[in-house]
This record gives sequence, C-alpha cells and structure tokens, in this order.
Amino acid sequence: MRNRIIKKWDITSFANTLISIGNDVVGPKRKDGKYAFDKLTDASELCLDYDTTLLPPKAYLLPPKETLVKFELGKEVKVEPVVEAKTIILFGVHPCDIKAIELLDAVFSTTNPEVNYLSRRGEATIVGVDCLSPSPNAFCPSLGTATTETGFDLMLTDIGDSYVVAIGSSKGEELLRKYAVTTEATRSELTQKEQECQKALARYRVTLNMSPGEIPQLLDKSWDSLVFKEKGEKCLSCGSCIMVCPTCFCFDVQDDIALNLKQGERYRQWDGCMLADFAAVAGGGNFRNDRESRFRHRMYRKGKYLWERYGKLGCVGCGRCADACLADIASPAETFNRLKEESLSKE
Amino acid sequence: MISRAIPQTSIYQPHLAELIRVESIAGKEKLFEFKLKDGKELGHKPGQFVEISLFGIGEMPISISSSPITKGSFELAVRAVGNVTNALHRLAVGATVGIRGPLGNGFPIDSLKSRDIVVVAGGIGLFPLRSLINYILDRRSDFGRLVILSGSRTSGERVFVSDLEKWQKRQDVELLETVDRCDEGWTGNVGVVTTLFSKVNVGPERTFVVIVGPPVMYRFVVAECKKKGISDEQIIMSLERRMKCGVGKCGHCQINGIYVCQEGPVFTYAQVKKLRELM
Repeated sequence: MRNRIIKKWDITSFANTLISIGNDVVGPKRKDGKYAFDKLTDASELCLDYDTTLLPPKAYLLPPKETLVKFELGKEVKVEPVVEAKTIILFGVHPCDIKAIELLDAVFSTTNPEVNYLSRRGEATIVGVDCLSPSPNAFCPSLGTATTETGFDLMLTDIGDSYVVAIGSSKGEELLRKYAVTTEATRSELTQKEQECQKALARYRVTLNMSPGEIPQLLDKSWDSLVFKEKGEKCLSCGSCIMVCPTCFCFDVQDDIALNLKQGERYRQWDGCMLADFAAVAGGGNFRNDRESRFRHRMYRKGKYLWERYGKLGCVGCGRCADACLADIASPAETFNRLKEESLSKE
Repeated sequence: MISRAIPQTSIYQPHLAELIRVESIAGKEKLFEFKLKDGKELGHKPGQFVEISLFGIGEMPISISSSPITKGSFELAVRAVGNVTNALHRLAVGATVGIRGPLGNGFPIDSLKSRDIVVVAGGIGLFPLRSLINYILDRRSDFGRLVILSGSRTSGERVFVSDLEKWQKRQDVELLETVDRCDEGWTGNVGVVTTLFSKVNVGPERTFVVIVGPPVMYRFVVAECKKKGISDEQIIMSLERRMKCGVGKCGHCQINGIYVCQEGPVFTYAQVKKLRELM
C-alpha cells in the first residue's frame, strides 16, 4: 500500500476543497459534548481526534427510513422502484466502522444483491482515520478491528503535525492527486505511524478474553447459560443497542399512502431483534416473546450467525451499544467473557 | 474481496397481477386466482411462496396453493387475520395486486419421486400442501402411494372441502380426515390429526411424510413418524415466519442461524431438529 504525508493545515484545505467543488462531505463534528457524523459546511468543524460518535456512519449507506417502491393507484396501477444515491464522502471513519461497512457490503451483495444499498455504496468515498483515543467501552483490538488494511479509499493516521495517508483505491489516489498537497512518506514517518497505532492499543480498557474465532464455538455450548436470563431480566427492550450498532441491518417494511388514496410508497425502516414484536407471526404467536431469548438472539447473531453466513462477526467492538444501554447489559464483550468464564469453570 | 456490482433491478419491485377469480373456501378463508399482467408464468414449485402487495396497505408472504402444472394463473388461499389479508378479502375480480416471487425453496420434489407420500395437514396447513397434492395428482405415475391426513378444529372450519371430496373419490388417493371437536352433522373421525396415524400402515423406508400445520402440531406428528420408524431425513416440514423482505435481508424470519425465506420454508426434520426456538 502506498503512503503519502499530508500536513494538518493541508488536510483542512483538502476537506474544504472537496466541499467547495460540490461534494457532500460528512464527518465527525462536536455535538453536546460528544461527536456525531454530520454534513460539513466547513472543514473547521471536522474533529478527527474523536473517540466515538453517537451513531455510526451507517445511516449514510442504509438510512433509518428509505423508500423502496413508489406506486400510483387508479385505473392503471403504476409501480416503480426507488433508488436514491448521491455522491458522498465519509471523512474520518474509524477502522471498526469500516469493518462494519465491509459486513454490510457482504450482506447486500451476496445472494439477492440489493440495488438500493449497493448504489449508495458505489457513490460513497471513505476517508478513514485511525482511532488513537478510543472510547472507554470499545474493545476493537480484541476483534482485530482497531486497524484495517481494506475497505477505505484513503486512511489517515495522526503523527503529530501531519497525517500519514494510506491509499486504498484509485479513487482515493485521484482525490489526493487532484485536491491535496502531499509529500512522499519517509521511513521514519511510517515508523511513527506504527508506533502511534501501537500506543493506541494500550489505551483500550475492555478486552475480550478469547480470540474472535473462538466466539462461535463458545456460543455453540452456551445456549442454556443463565447469563442470558440474568441480562434479559434487566433489559428494557428499548432497542437502543441495535439502533446505535454499526453492523445491525434488520428492517421493517411498511406502506404509506397520501390522503387522496392515490400516490403512495413502500418504505423500510430500521428494526431489530431486541424489540418485542420482531419475531411475531400472524395469529398472535411470537417466537422470541421474552427478553432473555431476544438478548440471546442478539448475542448469537453478533457472535455466531453472521459469522457462519458471511465469514464476519456481527460485532466490531465499537462499544456504542454499551454507551447507549440504560440497563448496562449490552456489551457483547462482557457477555462473551462471562460465557467463557462459565465454560472454563465447567471444565 | 466482495464484488459490489450494482444489480439492474430491484429485489423489492413487485410485478402486477390481476385477480381473476375469488372463491370462498371456509368461514374466514378465500381462494384467489391471479394472472400476472405481463403474461408470464409465475413458474413456481409446490411449497414456494410469494410476497403479495396490496398497495397502500402492505406486503405479506403467502404460500402458493395451485399446482405449477396449471398454466396461465396461480392460486393463493388466504385466511383473513390482519390488515393485508382482510384487505385482500375485500377485493373484487379485476383488482390489481403486486407479486414478488416465487420465493423460498419449495418441497423437495426430486426426493419425493417414486416414494410413498403421507401428507399431514393441520387446518390451513392444507393451503401450501394443496399445491403438492395437485402436483402429485398431475404427475401421478411419478409417485407411489399418496396418503392425506387432514385435521380441522371443527367440521365448519374444514378448508378446500370440494377438493377433499374430489380426492376422497379417487382410487389412487387414501384420504383420512378428522376434527378436534365434533359438531352437528359430522359423522367422521374425531380427535387430533395424530390419531389418524394408527389407521395407516406405511413402509418406513419408502415413505416421506410432509407436514404443514400450526407450530404446536409438529412435535406430536414427528413423534408419530418416529414410532413408525421414518427417518429424520424423510420427515419434511414447512415453517411459518413473518418474512418481511423474502430475500434474506430483513432478519424477521430468522430461526437461530437460518433464514426461513432463504434456506426454507421447507426443511427436513434432520435439518431443523437441533434448532432452538423452532416451534
């Protein structure tokens, strides 16, 4: 991978140039003492040294609510698919969120590829930034998502007065060549990048007591663990954990019709397995009617089901669910560690 | 590396279909015959389903009740229980609906060929099974014995009565019916559908049992099958979940690691017996 160097004052003008030539540039901004991805009007709003954002950048690829089909009723019924995608630059995405986007890519491109997601994804440019001040609930190094070699067009690493820019695609290379002032990276600058990333690893406070590959096997033997019951009993079924998750992609589909009963649309909106009605069926049945089974399902989906289907875990360790959970039960790291302890004590 | 090639068409785009016939088949159940407006065949296999749209009301999964041998149209049998099904029941001939599909895997026709088949239907479980039964009758010489065990709650709730009578008259079909509760005018068997098993002799090696009914029914029917020595691979069942997208994305139909709309809705008992939250 080729690396360049960009000075910090030049990164601001790079981002401003991207904005001024008419791109939607979305990056982490300060919001009420925290950070949130939002459209930038000026690069001075960009906070590249953030810990985590309230919501992942997922919403720009898989919006919370999205029209799938528009229809017009009358003598002739007309139905047409709706695909909305506009060019967007996601500027300042952490490696864990990039890994989450790679999972979404797999979900929406394998078996029944989806034009809605893939069109939007095709229009997106991802400028990553290595996470040097991780959030207290994050455990990315344990899942191998603290850094990434793939999934970005450009990746920045803060080395003091400048950034090392790793070039991940020809699209990224072209942006850099056209709109940024960069210099060749020296050996010492690359060494410094490695050191900064190494130092950042020591700043994570949560650790998973197993390798990521062990999680599916651990779950294989943990179905009847009382941990799920204990956590489930505290769960408020509010769905905060799934709404802030960068890898959750489940949705509900509904119709809306105008008051004239002619024009209408079918839309999807984020939905998830922690909400009470998610597994309800016609006639009043619900296959996960209690909080324990919903909590268990979420953990299995994160640690086993998606792994089996896509070869990627459904958790990237960002810690947002733990930040958002009012009952303080949501962190997969804590549950997986508890299950591991339990399995060791049984042996 | 995943290819993010953008497909030309949307998996959520319904095809338009015209309602060409409605028939009442029981108190809350109607049979709807549809024709695709573009003149194409639905091209389904028995046991597959479609997502039917009533524009402005919503979309829902419904199994296909007709045999694919019948060309030019297809039939969906629907009980009125929710918004979409009730709206469907209010439709008149000539109405337009949306159809996506056929979806799901369908019954394993190739494995069933030249075998004896016991079809076990509980209530409106007969809806998807009728597609299979009629297919077998359309291709009668491809299959061995056809035994139909059908259970309803009461005689008033029997569905597809005229089909049941037609099948009853055939020499090459063994049909046994029962009702859970006897009401006036019923002179047949009384008891849950499993009570019919004692009246049937089958050779376990050459028999496949195909079960569709309410969730509670499966474990009892499976137990009867095991008593008869039928292997887990030869017990076939179709499962119900609320498939919102039908294409393996929305997550609603997931049972453990399985998406019912993708790997199912038809499974062998061997495939699903280890699943939790199955029934």
